[in-house]
Amino acid sequence: MAKPGVRGGLRLDAHKERSTAQALRAASPAKTLVLPLDQHAGAPAVPLIKPGERVLCGQPIAEPGGTVSAWLHSPASGTIAAIEPRPAPHRLGAPSLSIVVANDGRDERHAESARAAFDQLSPEQLRELIARGGIVGLGGAVFPTAAKLNSALRVQDLRLLINGAECEPYISCDDMLMRERARDIVFGARVLLHALTAQSCVVAIEDDTPQAAAALEAAIADAHDGRIQLRRVASIYPAGGERQLITAIFDVEVPSGALPADVNTVCLNVGTAAAVAHWIRDAQPLTSRIVTVTGDGVLEQRNLDVPLGTPLAALIYDCGGYTSRMSRLIMGGSMMGQSLPHDDMPVIKATNCIIAASALDLQPRAAEMPCIRCGNCSEVCPAVLLPQQLHWYAAARDLDALEMYGLADCIECGCCDYVCPSQIPLAECFRDMKPALNERLAARSSADAARARFEARTARLERIESEQLAALAKKRQELTKKSS
Amino acid sequence: MLPALLTMVALAAAAGAAAALATRRSNEDKERLIDEIDALLPQTQCGRCTFSGCRPYAAALANGEANIDQCPPGGNATATALAKMLGHEPRPVDPRYGSVPARPLVAWIDESACIGCVKCIQACPVDAIVGASRFMHTVIAAQCTGCELCIPPCPVDCIVMRPAPA
Repeated sequence: MAKPGVRGGLRLDAHKERSTAQALRAASPAKTLVLPLDQHAGAPAVPLIKPGERVLCGQPIAEPGGTVSAWLHSPASGTIAAIEPRPAPHRLGAPSLSIVVANDGRDERHAESARAAFDQLSPEQLRELIARGGIVGLGGAVFPTAAKLNSALRVQDLRLLINGAECEPYISCDDMLMRERARDIVFGARVLLHALTAQSCVVAIEDDTPQAAAALEAAIADAHDGRIQLRRVASIYPAGGERQLITAIFDVEVPSGALPADVNTVCLNVGTAAAVAHWIRDAQPLTSRIVTVTGDGVLEQRNLDVPLGTPLAALIYDCGGYTSRMSRLIMGGSMMGQSLPHDDMPVIKATNCIIAASALDLQPRAAEMPCIRCGNCSEVCPAVLLPQQLHWYAAARDLDALEMYGLADCIECGCCDYVCPSQIPLAECFRDMKPALNERLAARSSADAARARFEARTARLERIESEQLAALAKKRQELTKKSS
Repeated sequence: MLPALLTMVALAAAAGAAAALATRRSNEDKERLIDEIDALLPQTQCGRCTFSGCRPYAAALANGEANIDQCPPGGNATATALAKMLGHEPRPVDPRYGSVPARPLVAWIDESACIGCVKCIQACPVDAIVGASRFMHTVIAAQCTGCELCIPPCPVDCIVMRPAPA
């Protein structure tokens, strides 16, 4: 077998310098904040408040609705205007049940109990505390961080990987965070090391971010913590993909169907580490995040610290408004971002970047033509798949073949469509096919569970019967002995 | 005389061992075939095929004692897959073995009417009903395979089939 190593990928124009020229600043407060209850991965949160109630900044307003779910806190003081369906960016504008907070602008803070130093807490207490901060992965997948830590603990000897490799073009929120708040990231990493009882931590960044590297190096030196080291990876998209980064840093491959914990690794985004620091050190729950506003369609391209729930329209207004060249609004980067139909949607925990794209930024896709089997897509696929085959089977909706050709391993990075000379929207086609495949895999796993229960029941009935027969035989023997 | 006798004994022993090995191997092959057939079946454990569960049906198929068209929950997709694996002519499910609704259904107990007789619990092939004698019973919807085996034993008819929760 070939040695594991990062395969495929593309060198892309980063387009990051336009949004990193200006320092980070706080966004202007919006009058209404909209907080979808299902903005994290897993079960939707359950509201703790009723419409009309007064809430304070940082007060918990919704609790986890399951083991994989997250707390939600009010980003402002004010009253609950409504709990109703509102258009949500993660649903591409489809409505999602949301808490609407009317901001009174007074910024009154919810009194949090004083914090003990994190190393005075046990790892269990610390993980529970992290859960109560509403912290989810800020790299894009918004998976609840405490659930990730807890599920990784089935493995011994964990190592922590803090992902600062922000590989997708246009997005620069992590770069700005590393430049300006490197100390928070290092503090968060130390908290997470304690919560995982892990002994080593690598902070990984791309080799084209010198300012971020210098800031992180200084912060790590200041922390005097020998467990944390900085490593650079080549900036080849998608270097910051979780699996790709683990392969680049530790030289192991996360097997298909397995999780990073299966190779003793917990990978968290730099933004997540900083959010952990804000919560554990400063008692500030996750109520804001850094968002990159960029693209030729907005006047002022920069990074802002934005309260969650801020309407995108208000955010764009804050950046000087749209230019006449504005053509498409995108949440995310230019490779994996999704087009939004309008801007009447809030910033959520997953909003890392908003691109107001002009026709020059992102050229509209030309008409799709037939696949000519050039094989470019399989050369760039970082998951070592054969996109041209998958496309063929997706067109035929052949789930058997899609499963065999590893559709579940597709990370939807979009490298295949980028190089496709026939302009086939491959990643989109794979994304569309995944629900059907997942349904099938779920049906199979529930059938396996039913089989296991059936077999356990059959064995149990047989055991009970044989025990009863044995007891009967024993009694008969005793009776015969007595009578003789 | 003696060498001839010894040769014959040795030959007989070798033949016996070979036969035992062949039997064991064919038993192993048979088990593997049953596993493979069982993996194609929906694990509803409903018994509509006339066997007592999916694996017994798989065993009967492996022994040539059943047809491929006896599994209504698996539908025509399963019948086709079985035909392909066993080299039979594909054909649709025989309607005499029953039919299943297009949308998956699960059992639901009207808890206000349940008298706690545990008959449904004993009937459930996949342990998806919880409860105790003279206490209310309930179906764990996520684990119910929709086999309907709990419905006939219920003395108060308080179990109905409902669409599976999303």
